[in-house]
This record gives sequence, structure tokens and C-alpha cells, in this order.
Amino acid sequence: MPKMLSFFASRRGIILAGVFIGIFAPLLQKMGNPANMGICVACFERDIAGALGLHRAAVVQYMRPEIIGFVLGSLVAAYLFGEFRARAGSATVVRFFLGVLAMIGALVFLGCPWRALLRLAGGDGNAIFGLLGLIVGIWIGTLFLKSGYNLGRSQATYSSVGWLLPLTMWGFLLLMLVFPQIPGQEKSGVLFYSQKGPGSMHAPLFFSLGVGLAIGFLAQKTRFCTMGAFRDLILFRQGHLFWGVVALLVTAFIINLLLGQFNPGFIKQPVAHNMSLWNFAGMALAGLAFALAGGCPGRQLFLAGEGDGDAAVFVIGMIVGAGLSHNFGLASSPDGVGPYGIPAVIIGFLVCLFIGFTMREKTN
Amino acid sequence: MSRLVDARGLSCPQPVMLTLKEIKSLPGGEVIVLVDTDTSKENVCRAAQSQGWQVKAIDPEGKGYRITLHK
Repeated sequence: MPKMLSFFASRRGIILAGVFIGIFAPLLQKMGNPANMGICVACFERDIAGALGLHRAAVVQYMRPEIIGFVLGSLVAAYLFGEFRARAGSATVVRFFLGVLAMIGALVFLGCPWRALLRLAGGDGNAIFGLLGLIVGIWIGTLFLKSGYNLGRSQATYSSVGWLLPLTMWGFLLLMLVFPQIPGQEKSGVLFYSQKGPGSMHAPLFFSLGVGLAIGFLAQKTRFCTMGAFRDLILFRQGHLFWGVVALLVTAFIINLLLGQFNPGFIKQPVAHNMSLWNFAGMALAGLAFALAGGCPGRQLFLAGEGDGDAAVFVIGMIVGAGLSHNFGLASSPDGVGPYGIPAVIIGFLVCLFIGFTMREKTN
Repeated sequence: MSRLVDARGLSCPQPVMLTLKEIKSLPGGEVIVLVDTDTSKENVCRAAQSQGWQVKAIDPEGKGYRITLHK
């Protein structure tokens, strides 16, 4: 009875989501966001951590409205279609640590899966190693899933549990309006603003917010997920979500060509380094953490918007992970991996393997 | 006699994995799947249809859905 699946759940729906992101991410770059970083959930949550002073890396501090829009757009869609369901309690603390580890891995590569696609669509060949790592990480995750790994059931709970992260995002937006950026000043009220570097580059607030809201709405309805795209392909030979990823990549490539933003190569690519092994390994760690947590960073934001308190904790884990990454020299820079990035990736893998091996339900 | 898969409270990809495990062990018949999110409802229907099973009915149950699959 395919008619029961709405347009948004159809292949055309998921392709629409990919095309929309593929158009507006490069446009956000044109409007001021950093190169090959029209949207990057990991980088933007890292910038939010910076704006709040959870780390003091001066070049990556900005309260990114796109992230706020993702959560609130998803909240609107969920309420409009009667899909808001407050739920929590599925190995919450594990999800927090997976969020931390996912961010550590993503910041060794310098991007989330969305940015890996956008970097490739902008001509950055280093993204190939990141995407390969992502796929390998997710593949390892599917091995755990096949052997019984799961984080257990969540419980329906009070609506307020599902509202906490969306309310936090409202608070972030309010802070931006009360303490707007003052040219030439690093701090406005309680918020930090970068004066140079990627954190200083951003599209106008309401353009970023509008695009974020629209993507949040579309992605909640279509269940767009870059990790799920590869996982479902590996696990079930099912390509539904994968169509969204392909649509994003192809569209962003075309738009970059049209806007003159396609610069192929490996050297001196924007906000990227060319240490291939660590581009690969960083993203493999992130991919494994996403697979164990059941969603890419974007998807976790959309889930948090529709009431999933466990996804909200993963998001908070990522923001805290960004703080740790920059405070302890784990994050990479265009010069290469940070002083402690390599041991952090190795320890991150060990922790993920510990979680994967020990949280397997013995069935039958 | 229909089989029951209780996937309530489980997140992706568990509902699909449990459903596929059940329907792949059966030559045909009826399988009831309980889910509590719209995402799981869509994913379970899509997976079952890909295996040649029909979605006979989707009924609200509690805060979720009761999906009846048939082959």
C-alpha cells in the first residue's frame, strides 16, 4: 500500500531534501559562510561552543543560526504533522560520549558528513579520504548492529523533556539578538565573536536562520540522514536515504560550478589539511560513533527537534566535544592535525569498540 | 496466527532489523509490528514492501502504530 507513504517519505521527497541542501549550502557560502562550509553541523556546533566560551579558539566563535534553524524547523514540522513525541532514556550517557567522540573525529577531519560532501562538491580531493573513512566507520558500526548491538528502548515522557533543546535554541537566538556582533569587538555581552578566520565569516543572520528553518522542516519530514544513507545500503541493500546524499552532492557540485566556487585540488583547500591518513581515520571514528548512536549530526538535531531527548544529549555531547577538542589540542587546522589529535582518535576508537562490544543484546 | 514484533521505543535501524528478521523466517502469513514513531512506521513499511510483503493496515495504537503486514 505505497500510497500510505506520503510524498516526503517517497524517493522524490528525499531527493528534494538533498537538492535543497545542495542549492542553499553553496549559496550560504556566496552570502558569507566559509568556503566549502555552507553548512557543516560539526563545524557550526564547534563555532557555537566558541561563541559560548566553552573553548577560546579565537577563529571559530559564532552562534550559527543554521543550527538553531535546524532544530526549530524540525520542531515546527513535527507539530504541524502531529509527529512530536517526547521520548528519552535509551542509554543516554552513552549517547553523550558518542557525541563527544563523533565531534573529536569530525574535527580531526575538519567537517561532518555534510561538509565532506560539500568539500568534494567544491573540488577538495581530501574529502575523498574523509568519505572513505566515514563509510568504513559506518561499516564497522553495521557489524556491531548485526551482532546484536543496540542502545535499548526509550520511554515516552513529559513534553517538556522534548522541548528542552528547542528552548535552548530559542535562548541562543535571543542571545544573538540581545548581544549582536559589534564590528571590531571580540565580545558582545556574553557572546564571543571571531574577528578573523572561519568564525568571522557568515551569511546575514536572517538568511542563515531562514535556510536553517527550511532545511530543518524538510529534513524532519524526509528523515534525511547521511549516516543512515550508507548504513542502510550496507545493512539492507536499501538505497532510499542514499538518493538524498547523491542529490546533495550533484546539486552542490553544479551550483559551485555556476557560482565559480569549484576549485579542484588537494593543496591549500579552504579550512582543510591534506594528511590523508588522519582525514580518513578522523572520519572513520566519527562514522562509527554516528552509526552506534543511530544518526549523523544533522539527523540528531532533527530528532531533537521532534522530541527525542536522547538525540538532544548527543548534540550536547558534540558541543562539549568541540570544547574539549580545542582546549586540549585535538582539533586539526589547515596546518595539519592538532598536537594530541592522533592519540585522541585512537582512544576514541577504543571507547567506541568498548561500547560496541559490551552493549550487544544476546538474542535467541 | 500472526506473529508480533514489538519495536516500540527502539530507534533506527532496530525496527527494520527486527521486522526483516521476522518476515525472512516466514514463507508468508501475517506479521504485526508495533512502532511508536512515524519514521519507524515508514521504514518498516518500506522494508516489508521491498521483501514482497504487503502493508495490509496501519492503525493507531496508544501513542504509536500497529502495522499489519501480509504475504
